[in-house]
Amino acid sequence: MTRIRLLLGDEAIAEGALQAGIKGVYAYPGTPSTEITEYIQRSAAAAENGVHCTWSTNEKTAMEAALGMSYAGCRSMVCMKHVGMNVAADAFVNSAMTGVNGGLVVVAADDPSMHSSQNEQDSRFYGKFAMIPVLEPSSQQEAYEMTGYAFELSEREKLPVLMRITTRLAHSRAAVDTGAGKYETIRKPAADDPSSWVLLPANAKRKNAGLTSRQPHLQELSGEAPFFRTILSEHGDRGIITCGTGFNYVMENNAPEAGFHVMKISQYPVPADRIRDFAGRCREILVVEDGQPFIEEQVRGIAGWNYVLKGRLTGDLPRTGELNPDNVAAAMGMKRVPAFNVPECIVPRPPALCAGCGHRDVYIALNKVLAGYPDARVFADIGCYTLGALPPFCAIDSCVDMGASITMAKGAADAGLWPAVAVIGDSTFTHSGMTGLLDAVNDGSDITVVISDNLTTAMTGGQDSSGTGKFEAICMALGVSPDHVRVVVPAPKNMDEITETIREEIEYRGVSVIIPRRECMQTLARKKRIADNGEEKR
Amino acid sequence: MKRDIILSGVGGQGILSIATIIGDAATRAGLNLRQAEVHGMSQRGGEVESGLRLSDSEIYSDLVPVGSADIILSMEPMEALRYLPFLHKDGYVITSSSPFRNIEPYPEEKVMEVLGSMDNVVTVDLGKITKENSMPKSANMVLLGAAAGYLGILSAEQLMESIRNVFAPKGDGIVDMNLKAFGKGQEYGRRQ
Repeated sequence: MTRIRLLLGDEAIAEGALQAGIKGVYAYPGTPSTEITEYIQRSAAAAENGVHCTWSTNEKTAMEAALGMSYAGCRSMVCMKHVGMNVAADAFVNSAMTGVNGGLVVVAADDPSMHSSQNEQDSRFYGKFAMIPVLEPSSQQEAYEMTGYAFELSEREKLPVLMRITTRLAHSRAAVDTGAGKYETIRKPAADDPSSWVLLPANAKRKNAGLTSRQPHLQELSGEAPFFRTILSEHGDRGIITCGTGFNYVMENNAPEAGFHVMKISQYPVPADRIRDFAGRCREILVVEDGQPFIEEQVRGIAGWNYVLKGRLTGDLPRTGELNPDNVAAAMGMKRVPAFNVPECIVPRPPALCAGCGHRDVYIALNKVLAGYPDARVFADIGCYTLGALPPFCAIDSCVDMGASITMAKGAADAGLWPAVAVIGDSTFTHSGMTGLLDAVNDGSDITVVISDNLTTAMTGGQDSSGTGKFEAICMALGVSPDHVRVVVPAPKNMDEITETIREEIEYRGVSVIIPRRECMQTLARKKRIADNGEEKR
Repeated sequence: MKRDIILSGVGGQGILSIATIIGDAATRAGLNLRQAEVHGMSQRGGEVESGLRLSDSEIYSDLVPVGSADIILSMEPMEALRYLPFLHKDGYVITSSSPFRNIEPYPEEKVMEVLGSMDNVVTVDLGKITKENSMPKSANMVLLGAAAGYLGILSAEQLMESIRNVFAPKGDGIVDMNLKAFGKGQEYGRRQ
């Protein structure tokens, strides 16, 4: 039976996971991965089967909870954006050592061209690093089908499986045939094997040897995987090795008709034997992959130094940034010339904080106060409020990774910088700010922390925030003096009170926390829409 | 038959709703479709673009290649011009003529001059039409109505069916308002 639905790549993965019988999805919101979990949160079948789908506090807690669910005998999925892999890495890499019981699939959504991210890291390296299978779909249909396959593979190999997607697949819609669609939770007995799950050196050494010895087997599986394809050209003898969305651009440019044999890799570790055979058939090879030159470097090792290999490292494709049909066409020797150019009068229209947003009042107040402290630095964090870097505010001096505002302010204060101010959002604070605040309290660091609380995870579209209603209690429990945990309402009419509070807390020589709290304009507007016309949350 | 469409505008102007309507109509018509959306940071009052590809044969790329868009459909005049390299030499620009001013200075005169100098341009005074007809929240459907005659691969009736389908969960009032807006756009498009 066919059932055609128009799905984002993210949604296709979610649907595939539900049909694979997961008992839970664990995730922290992050573009472009958020819609996977949101799809499951909206699913009636998930609700009926009691599929866990509330947001986790961060990617590490998500990864560990999913591993626990796998231990207990159920299938579980973890979803995150690429930089979330850095947060989950400890649990992720060690889950390859324990192995899994119920199928465990980790979805990492990479963001080439950094549409909404601070770097362009390629999650396939994490899979190689952990020595586990990595899957990479090319289309929405494949994303759906591959998810079911991923769970089977995970259970068969008793290893977690990483599925790597990119923004373009995650956020593009296409018709997907999701079949008859049964949603039955898979349940096996709980694991009962401490020698696998207790990673004491004695056990870990044995597990490490086992995992390492299975690498040739995993390579072989990649070459036999159901989504692996080789298309031979009758018109030439050049070759293209591609994967993921790269395959789409290669085919868009009619590679077989243009004289290219095409090999599409859909599973890693790279199938070395298949690549060796393919290289023997081609007089040269172009590697087309979104992300970093992961396949290209490995093909270089397989084909040898004198083989003609083209790709990102040789400049035939741009070294950084997202692939598209045009830069792939150029690498294939086809030049497309636009009929029209962008007129000179066109200026950029950067994103901005919403009208009426509380973060605006926070930055206006901070700028007013800090005008009196020429040496002050503001260490900010990841969220909508990062836009405080842009005019008209130009209010922040750094934004590095989740939680780094507090810890960088602390380190700077330790070095004697004053005033050292941290600006962090509510969701980012519970994600990775709390432990840094404890460090600051223990050292009595002279910092002023602003937790700009809009009661939601705003930048990714308004997901629940783990700490809502708990921030004063958390800060005091971590040891911040109750006199220096101050709550204000960021609104223009309160500007005098806010600036006075900031000034007092900067002058206090120790850890202080100011919590400007007002609901996000977007979630407020959404609630109003729902109240007005009974509109369901999209 | 194949149609590549670039939808553009400013975050919050409703271009994804246009994409949803066309996508629903295309799927019901049994056409292949790829729609590349933009989520995340770029929604905050920044430039927003979505590529729509419709075809009765297989489509590989989610992205519209340079020089191949049949239509640029834009809720904002400067945003229409931002994506000109994607327009086919014989393609059409169908755009609102009402600027969205959240940047200073906004190059209105020059934008209008470029639009005026091109052959296949349809400008729709969305500001005026939505004001005269008291439909401030349905400007996107007015634009879609104005473009209906240019799509070629989907009929106005198919689009209207999808407006009913997509807006149905929001109630009859919303469906009727959007159909009315679509009709106003159609009238305007026919006069061009």
